[in-house]
Amino acid sequence: MTATVLPIALALFSLSLLLNLYRLLRGPDIIDRILGLDTLNVNAIAVIVLGGIYMDSSLIFEAALLIALMGFVGTVAMTKYLVRGDVIE
Amino acid sequence: MMDGSMALPFWLDALIALLLLGGALVALLGSIGLARMPDFYMRLHGPTKASTLGVGATLLGSMIWFGVGHEGLSVQEILITVFLFATAPVSAHMMARAALHRRVACRERTHGEPWDEMDRLPGYAESSSSSDSQR
Repeated sequence: MTATVLPIALALFSLSLLLNLYRLLRGPDIIDRILGLDTLNVNAIAVIVLGGIYMDSSLIFEAALLIALMGFVGTVAMTKYLVRGDVIE
Repeated sequence: MMDGSMALPFWLDALIALLLLGGALVALLGSIGLARMPDFYMRLHGPTKASTLGVGATLLGSMIWFGVGHEGLSVQEILITVFLFATAPVSAHMMARAALHRRVACRERTHGEPWDEMDRLPGYAESSSSSDSQR
Protein backbone atom coordinates (compact mmCIF):
# COMPACT_ATOMS: atom_id res chain seq x y z
CA MET A 1 0.00 0.00 0.00
CA THR A 2 2.86 2.33 0.79
CA ALA A 3 4.33 1.61 -2.65
CA THR A 4 1.19 2.94 -4.35
CA VAL A 5 0.81 5.96 -2.05
CA LEU A 6 4.45 7.07 -2.32
CA PRO A 7 4.33 8.47 -5.91
CA ILE A 8 1.06 10.27 -5.09
CA ALA A 9 2.62 11.90 -2.02
CA LEU A 10 5.68 12.87 -4.06
CA ALA A 11 3.44 14.44 -6.72
CA LEU A 12 1.47 16.40 -4.09
CA PHE A 13 4.69 17.69 -2.51
CA SER A 14 6.03 18.65 -5.94
CA LEU A 15 2.84 20.61 -6.55
CA SER A 16 3.29 22.45 -3.25
CA LEU A 17 6.94 23.16 -4.18
CA LEU A 18 5.67 24.77 -7.40
CA LEU A 19 3.18 26.89 -5.43
CA ASN A 20 5.98 28.01 -3.09
CA LEU A 21 8.14 28.85 -6.11
CA TYR A 22 5.28 30.96 -7.48
CA ARG A 23 5.18 32.93 -4.22
CA LEU A 24 8.97 33.20 -4.18
CA LEU A 25 9.05 34.69 -7.69
CA ARG A 26 5.93 36.82 -7.46
CA GLY A 27 5.80 38.01 -3.80
CA PRO A 28 4.93 41.71 -3.66
CA ASP A 29 7.15 42.41 -0.66
CA ILE A 30 10.57 40.94 0.11
CA ILE A 31 9.18 39.31 3.26
CA ASP A 32 6.79 37.28 1.07
CA ARG A 33 9.81 35.97 -0.78
CA ILE A 34 11.51 35.04 2.50
CA LEU A 35 8.36 33.18 3.61
CA GLY A 36 8.18 31.39 0.26
CA LEU A 37 11.84 30.36 0.53
CA ASP A 38 11.36 29.10 4.09
CA THR A 39 8.35 27.00 3.07
CA LEU A 40 10.31 25.74 0.06
CA ASN A 41 13.01 24.53 2.47
CA VAL A 42 10.50 22.75 4.71
CA ASN A 43 8.80 21.04 1.76
CA ALA A 44 12.16 20.07 0.24
CA ILE A 45 12.96 18.23 3.50
CA ALA A 46 9.75 16.20 3.08
CA VAL A 47 10.56 15.45 -0.57
CA ILE A 48 14.03 14.22 0.42
CA VAL A 49 12.54 12.01 3.17
CA LEU A 50 10.05 10.53 0.68
CA GLY A 51 12.94 9.94 -1.72
CA GLY A 52 14.75 8.12 1.07
CA ILE A 53 11.76 5.79 1.52
CA TYR A 54 11.57 5.34 -2.27
CA MET A 55 15.23 4.34 -2.50
CA ASP A 56 15.04 2.41 0.78
CA SER A 57 18.15 4.08 2.16
CA SER A 58 18.56 6.60 4.96
CA LEU A 59 21.83 7.89 3.50
CA ILE A 60 20.08 10.87 1.90
CA PHE A 61 18.76 12.17 5.25
CA GLU A 62 22.02 13.99 5.94
CA ALA A 63 21.13 16.34 3.08
CA ALA A 64 17.69 16.93 4.62
CA LEU A 65 19.27 17.72 7.99
CA LEU A 66 21.65 20.14 6.29
CA ILE A 67 18.76 21.87 4.50
CA ALA A 68 16.83 22.14 7.79
CA LEU A 69 19.82 23.74 9.55
CA MET A 70 20.86 26.09 6.75
CA GLY A 71 17.28 27.08 5.94
CA PHE A 72 16.62 28.16 9.50
CA VAL A 73 19.91 30.06 9.74
CA GLY A 74 19.20 31.76 6.42
CA THR A 75 15.67 32.79 7.38
CA VAL A 76 16.81 34.20 10.72
CA ALA A 77 19.69 36.06 9.05
CA MET A 78 17.42 37.61 6.40
CA THR A 79 14.72 38.71 8.86
CA LYS A 80 17.38 40.00 11.27
CA TYR A 81 18.83 42.03 8.44
CA LEU A 82 15.40 43.47 7.61
CA VAL A 83 14.60 44.42 11.21
CA ARG A 84 18.00 45.60 12.39
CA GLY A 85 19.80 46.58 9.21
CA ASP A 86 22.66 44.25 10.16
CA VAL A 87 23.00 40.50 10.65
CA ILE A 88 25.54 40.44 13.48
CA GLU A 89 25.68 43.53 15.66
CA MET B 1 13.64 -1.08 -4.36
CA MET B 2 10.38 -1.59 -2.41
CA ASP B 3 10.89 -5.33 -1.88
CA GLY B 4 10.98 -5.05 1.90
CA SER B 5 7.45 -3.69 2.16
CA MET B 6 5.91 -7.16 2.03
CA ALA B 7 7.38 -7.95 5.44
CA LEU B 8 5.28 -5.25 7.13
CA PRO B 9 1.95 -6.23 8.72
CA PHE B 10 -1.08 -4.85 6.91
CA TRP B 11 -2.19 -2.34 9.57
CA LEU B 12 1.29 -0.88 9.86
CA ASP B 13 1.51 -0.51 6.08
CA ALA B 14 -1.90 1.18 6.08
CA LEU B 15 -0.82 3.50 8.90
CA ILE B 16 2.34 4.54 7.03
CA ALA B 17 0.36 5.10 3.82
CA LEU B 18 -2.21 7.19 5.71
CA LEU B 19 0.51 9.31 7.36
CA LEU B 20 2.32 9.91 4.07
CA LEU B 21 -0.82 10.75 2.10
CA GLY B 22 -2.36 12.88 4.87
CA GLY B 23 0.90 14.72 5.40
CA ALA B 24 1.24 15.47 1.70
CA LEU B 25 -2.37 16.70 1.50
CA VAL B 26 -2.00 18.97 4.55
CA ALA B 27 1.30 20.39 3.25
CA LEU B 28 -0.32 21.04 -0.12
CA LEU B 29 -3.15 22.85 1.68
CA GLY B 30 -0.62 25.05 3.45
CA SER B 31 1.13 25.86 0.19
CA ILE B 32 -2.18 26.69 -1.50
CA GLY B 33 -2.82 29.07 1.40
CA LEU B 34 0.60 30.61 0.85
CA ALA B 35 -0.10 31.13 -2.83
CA ARG B 36 -3.73 32.28 -2.65
CA MET B 37 -4.20 34.42 0.48
CA PRO B 38 -4.59 38.16 -0.11
CA ASP B 39 -2.03 39.74 2.23
CA PHE B 40 1.13 38.76 4.07
CA TYR B 41 -0.36 38.38 7.54
CA MET B 42 -2.87 35.86 6.19
CA ARG B 43 -0.23 34.15 4.06
CA LEU B 44 1.86 33.51 7.16
CA HIS B 45 -0.82 31.18 8.54
CA GLY B 46 -0.64 28.58 5.77
CA PRO B 47 2.97 27.41 5.84
CA THR B 48 3.65 27.95 9.54
CA LYS B 49 0.83 25.70 10.72
CA ALA B 50 -0.25 23.41 7.91
CA SER B 51 3.12 22.75 6.33
CA THR B 52 4.77 21.98 9.64
CA LEU B 53 2.02 19.48 10.49
CA GLY B 54 2.19 17.94 7.01
CA VAL B 55 5.95 17.54 7.02
CA GLY B 56 5.76 16.29 10.63
CA ALA B 57 3.27 13.57 9.62
CA THR B 58 5.48 12.60 6.67
CA LEU B 59 8.52 12.38 8.96
CA LEU B 60 6.55 10.26 11.44
CA GLY B 61 5.49 7.87 8.68
CA SER B 62 9.09 7.64 7.48
CA MET B 63 10.26 6.99 11.05
CA ILE B 64 7.82 4.07 11.38
CA TRP B 65 8.88 2.80 7.95
CA PHE B 66 12.59 2.80 8.78
CA GLY B 67 12.09 1.86 12.42
CA VAL B 68 10.22 -1.40 11.69
CA GLY B 69 12.58 -3.85 10.12
CA HIS B 70 14.47 -1.83 7.54
CA GLU B 71 17.69 -0.10 8.48
CA GLY B 72 16.52 0.79 11.93
CA LEU B 73 15.66 4.29 13.15
CA SER B 74 18.33 6.74 12.03
CA VAL B 75 19.59 9.53 14.26
CA GLN B 76 19.32 12.06 11.43
CA GLU B 77 15.59 11.54 11.14
CA ILE B 78 14.93 12.23 14.82
CA LEU B 79 17.23 15.24 14.61
CA ILE B 80 15.34 16.60 11.57
CA THR B 81 11.99 16.23 13.36
CA VAL B 82 13.17 17.86 16.59
CA PHE B 83 14.91 20.64 14.71
CA LEU B 84 11.94 21.32 12.43
CA PHE B 85 9.46 21.51 15.30
CA ALA B 86 11.79 23.73 17.32
CA THR B 87 12.69 26.18 14.56
CA ALA B 88 9.42 26.60 12.61
CA PRO B 89 7.71 28.80 15.27
CA VAL B 90 10.90 30.81 15.79
CA SER B 91 11.31 31.62 12.10
CA ALA B 92 7.58 32.41 11.80
CA HIS B 93 7.86 34.82 14.74
CA MET B 94 10.92 36.49 13.21
CA MET B 95 9.15 36.91 9.85
CA ALA B 96 6.02 38.36 11.47
CA ARG B 97 8.16 40.80 13.43
CA ALA B 98 10.05 41.84 10.32
CA ALA B 99 6.74 42.38 8.48
CA LEU B 100 5.39 44.51 11.34
CA HIS B 101 8.63 46.47 11.42
CA ARG B 102 8.47 47.13 7.68
CA ARG B 103 4.73 47.94 7.96
CA VAL B 104 3.84 45.59 5.12
CA ALA B 105 0.44 46.56 3.71
CA CYS B 106 -2.55 44.61 5.01
CA ARG B 107 -5.97 44.16 3.44
CA GLU B 108 -8.24 47.20 3.51
CA ARG B 109 -10.98 45.45 5.48
CA THR B 110 -8.63 44.72 8.43
CA HIS B 111 -9.88 46.27 11.67
CA GLY B 112 -7.14 48.60 12.81
CA GLU B 113 -3.53 48.41 11.69
CA PRO B 114 -1.55 45.28 12.58
CA TRP B 115 1.45 47.25 13.81
CA ASP B 116 -0.55 49.31 16.33
CA GLU B 117 -0.07 46.60 18.93
CA MET B 118 3.64 46.57 18.23
CA ASP B 119 3.97 50.31 18.89
CA ARG B 120 2.12 49.89 22.16
CA LEU B 121 4.73 47.45 23.51
CA PRO B 122 6.82 49.09 26.26
CA GLY B 123 10.15 50.28 24.99
CA TYR B 124 9.72 49.08 21.43
CA ALA B 125 8.92 52.36 19.71
CA GLU B 126 11.84 54.13 21.39
CA SER B 127 14.32 51.37 20.66
CA SER B 128 13.28 51.01 17.03
CA SER B 129 13.37 54.74 16.38
CA SER B 130 16.75 55.09 18.10
CA SER B 131 18.14 52.17 16.15
CA ASP B 132 16.90 53.77 12.95
CA SER B 133 18.62 57.03 13.78
CA GLN B 134 21.85 55.38 14.89
CA ARG B 135 22.32 53.05 11.96
